[in-house]
Amino acid sequence: MENVARSETWLWLAQRVSAMVLAVCVIVHIATMIYAVQQGLSTAAISARISGNLMWLGFYTTFVAAVSIHAPIGVRTVLLEATELPQKRVGLLAMLFGLFILVLGFRAIFGLYGMSL
Amino acid sequence: MAEEMIKVSVWRGDAEGEFVEFDVPRQESQTVLDVVTHIQRHVDPTLSYRFACRVGVCGSCAMTVNGKARWTCRSHVSNVIEDGRIEIRPLESLPVVKDLVVDMTDFFDKWAKAKGSFVPTATRNDEMAEVSPRDKQRRLADAGIECIGCGVCYATCDVVKWKPDYLGPAAMNRSWTLVNDVRDGGNEERIRAIAGDDGCLGCHSQQGCVERCPQKLNPTMAIAGLKRETIRAAIKGKL
Repeated sequence: MENVARSETWLWLAQRVSAMVLAVCVIVHIATMIYAVQQGLSTAAISARISGNLMWLGFYTTFVAAVSIHAPIGVRTVLLEATELPQKRVGLLAMLFGLFILVLGFRAIFGLYGMSL
Repeated sequence: MAEEMIKVSVWRGDAEGEFVEFDVPRQESQTVLDVVTHIQRHVDPTLSYRFACRVGVCGSCAMTVNGKARWTCRSHVSNVIEDGRIEIRPLESLPVVKDLVVDMTDFFDKWAKAKGSFVPTATRNDEMAEVSPRDKQRRLADAGIECIGCGVCYATCDVVKWKPDYLGPAAMNRSWTLVNDVRDGGNEERIRAIAGDDGCLGCHSQQGCVERCPQKLNPTMAIAGLKRETIRAAIKGKL
């Protein structure tokens, strides 16, 4: 019982901390999108700025890592509250969901990082 | 002039049951408890309900009135009536014993689970503890101390509805008053008891409890305080 409460507490904290990281990441991401659209940057211009740029690689790695921590913990809570699924099954589903986001996210990041037009 | 009547639907039965309609004469300054009492005394003596003080002190007459949990003794008919009708049901999230009476066992067991009893640190040979009314912790404890255990917050809370093991606002409000009691020595165990998803971390801060508490207490704030203490304990390795 104690251990359950402890691990649930760490999950809760991880979700809050990742939310703080996401708050910053989402603002930077959206500001960049708006800038790119307003400036009428072409795909080639965007690719030229992002591919091979370690700063953007670092930024989006942080972003994807934070999403992969934040979202599955929330999905776990929703499933526990809204369904009758047993706790272990919910944990597994949430973890698979997290892995799915992680793989998709990194696929996109490395696609951009290595892109050359 | 014909006497003005209120159309009252009252839940009869336990988990299985039905609404029964009664016509009750409207009176000045009439409370919902007066309405229920009229039905029991003058129409159907088999109607079961609970009350004691009639003046908002004992916390035993809470029911669901037109969809909202309330003390019936302090709810004036004029404030709750809708289109001349009142629907009276037992409190939600608690098993119905009969008619308007619910079994409060779960509710109070959760106070015990949340370590809601004082753990003394002094003996009769020690000096009386001096706690200034201006002390920060004393003020935090004072903010939640007037709970009379009526169950209105518990019956309103959505998280209780979704998760039957969730401790609920009243029990954790009590824990928070003790966390802030400088004379109490049970905090390490208390924080372990209220940590986790069935404790303070399950609260979504929807504040239904704050909205409905007849004593105008703020259990959501108490639970937020418990969340901070839980995280502190986790970081210090005390969970």
